[in-house]
Amino acid sequence: MEPFTTLSGIAVPLDEANLDTNQLCPTRFNKVAKGPRFRDILLHDRRFNADGSEKPDYILNQEPYRQAVIAVAGRNFGVGSSRETAVFGLMGFGIRSVIAPNFGDIFYNNSLKNGLLPVRLPGPTVELLIRQLLARPGATMTVDLPEQVVTGPDGARHRFEVAPLSRKRLLRGLDEIAHTQEYAGAIRRFEQSQASAFPWLQPAS
Amino acid sequence: MKTLFDKVWDNHIVAQEEDETLLYVDRCLIHEGSRHTFDTLHERGLGVAHPDKIFAFSDHYIPTDPRTRARGVASLPDPDIRNMIELLERNTDEYGIARFGWGDERQGILHVAGPELGLSQPGIVLVGADSHTSTHGAFGNLSFGIGASETTHVVATQTIWQRRPETLRISIEGTLGFGVTAKDIILAVIAKIGIGGAIGYAIEYAGSTIARMSMNERMTVCNMSIEAGGRAGMIAPDDTTYQFLAGRSFTPKGAAWDTALAFWRTLPSDPGAAFGKEVELDAASVAPMVTWGTNPEQALPITGRVPDPERETNAERRGEYAKALAYMGLQPNVPLGDIAVDRVFIGSCTNGRIDDLRAAAAVAKLGRAVVPTWVVPGSEGVKRQAEAEGLDRIFTAAGFEWREAGCSMCTAINGDQLTPGERCASTSNRNFQGRQGPGGRTHLMSPAMAAAAALRGHLVDVRELGGRN
Repeated sequence: MEPFTTLSGIAVPLDEANLDTNQLCPTRFNKVAKGPRFRDILLHDRRFNADGSEKPDYILNQEPYRQAVIAVAGRNFGVGSSRETAVFGLMGFGIRSVIAPNFGDIFYNNSLKNGLLPVRLPGPTVELLIRQLLARPGATMTVDLPEQVVTGPDGARHRFEVAPLSRKRLLRGLDEIAHTQEYAGAIRRFEQSQASAFPWLQPAS
Repeated sequence: MKTLFDKVWDNHIVAQEEDETLLYVDRCLIHEGSRHTFDTLHERGLGVAHPDKIFAFSDHYIPTDPRTRARGVASLPDPDIRNMIELLERNTDEYGIARFGWGDERQGILHVAGPELGLSQPGIVLVGADSHTSTHGAFGNLSFGIGASETTHVVATQTIWQRRPETLRISIEGTLGFGVTAKDIILAVIAKIGIGGAIGYAIEYAGSTIARMSMNERMTVCNMSIEAGGRAGMIAPDDTTYQFLAGRSFTPKGAAWDTALAFWRTLPSDPGAAFGKEVELDAASVAPMVTWGTNPEQALPITGRVPDPERETNAERRGEYAKALAYMGLQPNVPLGDIAVDRVFIGSCTNGRIDDLRAAAAVAKLGRAVVPTWVVPGSEGVKRQAEAEGLDRIFTAAGFEWREAGCSMCTAINGDQLTPGERCASTSNRNFQGRQGPGGRTHLMSPAMAAAAALRGHLVDVRELGGRN
C-alpha cells in the first residue's frame, strides 16, 4: 500500500448527502479489473450521458476539479454495497482523501486498505468547508495525517481523529497481510483451542 | 453481563493491537464479484489458508431466464458476464473452494442458499463479500459484509482486523397487523433511524415481535441492517433457530448436535446486559410500507402521500427530497397508491425465500398481473419447495413469470434490469439511483405488496385486496 502522510492540493466540494457506493461505482463496472479505467468509472452516471459524452455541468468534469486530490462531501458518504470499486474509482480519479461528517462502515474500511484517507469532521465544519470551496473554485486544502489536521481554504486548522492502528498502517504503507502473518503462532493456537472447545465447527473430513 | 454480540466477539479474539482486534473467521462466503480478491491472490502469489472454510456461490451474474440456464454457461451471449461466472469456476477449482454454481441443486443467492446449507450457525463469525451478509446474524452469530481487500486478507489468513463496534438494541414489541410483514418492520426501522442511524453499531433485534418471527422473516429483518448503516444485525438463537438448523448439510449431527445446542443456549444476551444505544418500535403501529425516494429511509406507509419538499422544515432534507422526486419522476402530495408501475420484481436476498413466495402467491390468486411481473426464487432449494407446493402454477396462472434462482433485478448485472425511466415495485433492498439499471426507478416493498401492485398496475395497499384466510 502506498503510504499516506501529508496531502495538499485542489479540493472538490461534492455538495450532496448520501452518495452511496452505487453512485460512486455503478454495479455494472464492478467486473472491471483494477486499473486506469477507474478514472472514468468514478460517479460514472453523474458524469457521463448514456452515449458516453460528458455532462459538462457536473463538477468533476470542470476545471480545475479534474485535478482534485481531496473531496469534501455530505453525510453518509459511501453507504450501501461493499464494492471496493467505489474506492478504486476515487483513487483512479486521483482523490486520496475524502472529508465528510460520516461514512458507510464498509467503505471506510475499504478506503483504509487502499491508502485513501477518510476524514470525519463535524457536520457544520464540513458545511463551512463546502461553502468556502464553492466560493473559491480551485482552492487548495491540506490533510496532514501525522498531525491529524485538515487545513481549510482559509488556512483554518481542523483537528480530526483517526483510529491508531489504521493511522500507523497508512503512515508506513504497511502491508496488512504480511503484518498479520507475524501472528501466525497466535492464529494456530486459536485454531487448536477452538478445535477442542467447538469441535462441531471443524469442517467435515 | 454480556450481550450476544460480546459473547461472539470475545470468543473469536486471536490478538489485540492498539484499537484493533484480530478476529478469527469461521466461514467466508464469496461470489462471482470476488474476482478482485483472486486477482490479488494471483498477483501476490498468496495461498488460501483454509479452503474448507470458504464457500462460493454463483448468484450476482448468473442469468435467471430458464431457457438460458438450460443451455449452459457457454451459451451466454455477453462475454463479460460469462467471464465473471467462469472466473469463479476457475478460481474456486484452483484453490479447492466449494462452489454452489450453475447447474448445482444447491445454487442460490449466498444469503439464501448459505443458511439452507446450515452454514450460518449460532455463535460463529461469518463474513461475506457482500454487504447483505448481515442476513446470517438472524441465527445468533456475528456476520458482516467486507470489501475485496478484507476478503483477500480473510482467505489468506482466516482472520480479520476489526475495531469493536458499539451495540444497538432495537426492541420491537407487539403483534403485526394484517398485511404487515417483516419487510415492513425493517423499512419502518430504517425510516425511523435513517440510513446512517446504525453506522458504527452492531444491531441486536429483540422483543416479542422478533421472537414470534420465523427464521425466514428474521433473515429479512437482519438483511437490511446495512441499509441503516449497521455493521451487523443479530437475533438471539432460540428453538425456532434450532428447528431450522436441525438436519442441514453443514450442521452438527448426533452427539455433536447436543454439545453444540448446549453451547448455543448460552449465547442470548444476559438479562440486564448494557447496550450502547436503545431504540424501540411498536409493531402494531406499522402499516405496509413503500419507498418513494432514492434511499431506503425515504419510506412511508402506503396510506401516505409523496412528501412535499416545500413543507420540509429541514433545509438539507428539502434539497434531498426535491432531488429524489426529480429522479423518481414524482409530484409532491400525490397519494402513494396512485403511483403507476411498469414492472414488478419479487425476489432477492431480502425477500426470495419460501415464506415470501407464499405471501406473494396468496395475493396472486386474487387476480391477474397487468404489468410484467417476475418471481425469482432466492435459491434452487426455494424453487423446488415452491414448485412442490404448486406456487409456480399459481404465479403462472396469474401471468407472473417464474424464473431461476439468482440476484436478478436486484443487482441488475446479469441481464435482468430496468430500462431508463421504468418504474418497478420491487421486494429488493436498495432504491438507490440506477440500482436496478441506469435511470431505473425503484419502490421497495414486501412481497405481498409487490404482488398487489402487479394485479393493479400501481402501488396499492394490499389490505384493500382482502384475501385474508
